[in-house]
Amino acid sequence: MADSYYDPADLRKFGKISEWSEELGTKFFDYYGKVFEEGALSAREKSLIALAVSHVVKCPYCIDSYTKDGLEKGITKEEMMEAVHVGAAIEGGATLVHGVQMMNKYNKLSM
Amino acid sequence: MATKSLKARHDELALNNKQLEILNGGPFKEGELPYFKDKLDEIGQFPLRPKKLEILQINVGYMCNQVCEHCHVDAGPDRKEIMTKETMKLCLEVIKNTGAHTLDLTGGAPEMNPNFRWFVEEASKAGIKDFIVRSNLTIIRANKKYYDLPEFFKKHKIHVISSMPHYTRGKTDKQRGDGVFDTSIRALQDLNAIGYGMPNSTLQLDLVYNPSGAFLPGDQGAMERDFKKALKDDFDIHFHQLFAITNLPIARFLDYLIASGNYEDYMYSLVEAYNPAAVKNVMCTNTISISWDGWLYDCDFNQMLGLKVNSSVKHIKDYNEDILNDRDIIVSQHCYGCTAGAGSSCQGNVI
Repeated sequence: MADSYYDPADLRKFGKISEWSEELGTKFFDYYGKVFEEGALSAREKSLIALAVSHVVKCPYCIDSYTKDGLEKGITKEEMMEAVHVGAAIEGGATLVHGVQMMNKYNKLSM
Repeated sequence: MATKSLKARHDELALNNKQLEILNGGPFKEGELPYFKDKLDEIGQFPLRPKKLEILQINVGYMCNQVCEHCHVDAGPDRKEIMTKETMKLCLEVIKNTGAHTLDLTGGAPEMNPNFRWFVEEASKAGIKDFIVRSNLTIIRANKKYYDLPEFFKKHKIHVISSMPHYTRGKTDKQRGDGVFDTSIRALQDLNAIGYGMPNSTLQLDLVYNPSGAFLPGDQGAMERDFKKALKDDFDIHFHQLFAITNLPIARFLDYLIASGNYEDYMYSLVEAYNPAAVKNVMCTNTISISWDGWLYDCDFNQMLGLKVNSSVKHIKDYNEDILNDRDIIVSQHCYGCTAGAGSSCQGNVI
C-alpha cells in the first residue's frame, strides 16, 4: 500500500477503472478519446486547455499527463506556464467576483 | 550537457552487454512488462522476417563535431572509428550489385570521414534512386573546408536529411549543445539559398525531429505544420518533410533515462504505445545496416548494441543478398521504440 495519497505509478493503472464497471469505464474512455481528437480546436490547443484545467482542479495525475502531452506536441514551457496563469486568473477571478456578493450583502445589512 | 562520449568516459553503458542487461532486466524480467518478442508472437510475427531489401544504410564512422545528449551512436569528437577506403570499396561493389533503391549514409557526422567525398562521387555513379546523407547541419558551418558542402550535395543530387530537434533555440541547444540552433539555422539558410528544401525544388531537404527528453514524439503531421510555420515566420526557412523519430533507449539516451530517473516510466510509455500495425513496416524489414568496419546489422540500433545479423553472411566482404534476406531479424526491448504509436524509422512514421 502506498504511504501517500498520490502515487505517480497509479496513473499507469487508470485504465483499470473499467474492470470494476466495464460499461461506464468504456463509455468514459470513448468520450475522453473523442474529446481530445482534432476538431474545431486543434489537439495542441486542447492540450493547453487540459493543462490549465488540471491545475485548477489540482489533479497531480492530470498535471503530469498534460505536461508530458504538451512536450510530445512540441509545446514550449513558456506556452505551458501562460496556460497555467490563465487557469489561475480564472480561479482567482472566480473567488474575487464573489466579492460582489459579499459587498451586496454587506450593503444590504448595513445602515 | 555531456562533452565526451560514454566510451571516452569509460562508462559501463558503453558496453553492449551492459545495455542489453538493462534492456532485458527491470520490469521485463519481473514480468510487469512483456518482452518484445512475445508481443510479436501474439500477432504471428515472431521470428520477424525481412521483406525485399530496399535500403542500404552505411555508417561511415562514429566521429562527430557534436556530443548530443540523446545520441544512440554515442558519437563525438573523441570517437575515432572511421570507415576505411578499403571497406568503402567493398561497399561500392555491393551498391553496384544490389536491388536496393536507397543508399543512406550516416554517422557520426558522415562528412568528417576523410574519404566521404570520394565515396559519394563513386557511389553516385551506381544509379541509386535515392541517395541520402544524414547531416547534422552544423558541420556545414564548422570549418571552411566544409563550407562548400551544400554545392557538393547539389552536384550529386544528394537527398539531405538533417537533425533539428525543435524550432526554438532553448530546446535545440539543450539537446545538442550551445550554439547549435543558430549554426543550424545558418546552414539551413545556406541550403535554401541554392535551392534545397524550396517548394517545387527537386533538391530534397527533410528534417528529423527527436523529442528533447523522456517522452514520445507527437503527431508527425502536426509537428511538421508547426515547424514549417515557425521556421518560415522566424527565419524564412523552407524544408520538405519532417520525420518524427522516437528516441530508443540505447547509449547516451539510455544513460540520460537512467540518470534522470525516467527509465522505467519511459519503457512503460513505449510498451503502452506499442502498435501492432507498425510491425509490418519497421525499417529492419527492408534495410541492411553496415558499420564502419563492414559488419552487417538489421538496423542502426542493433549495430550500436553489437547485435550482428543472424546469418552466415555477417560481413560486407561476404555479402550475398539472397542468403542475407533469408534470416530472422534480431529483436529486443529497444524495438518497442520503432513500433510505438505511428511507428518510427529513419524516415519517420511507418503507418
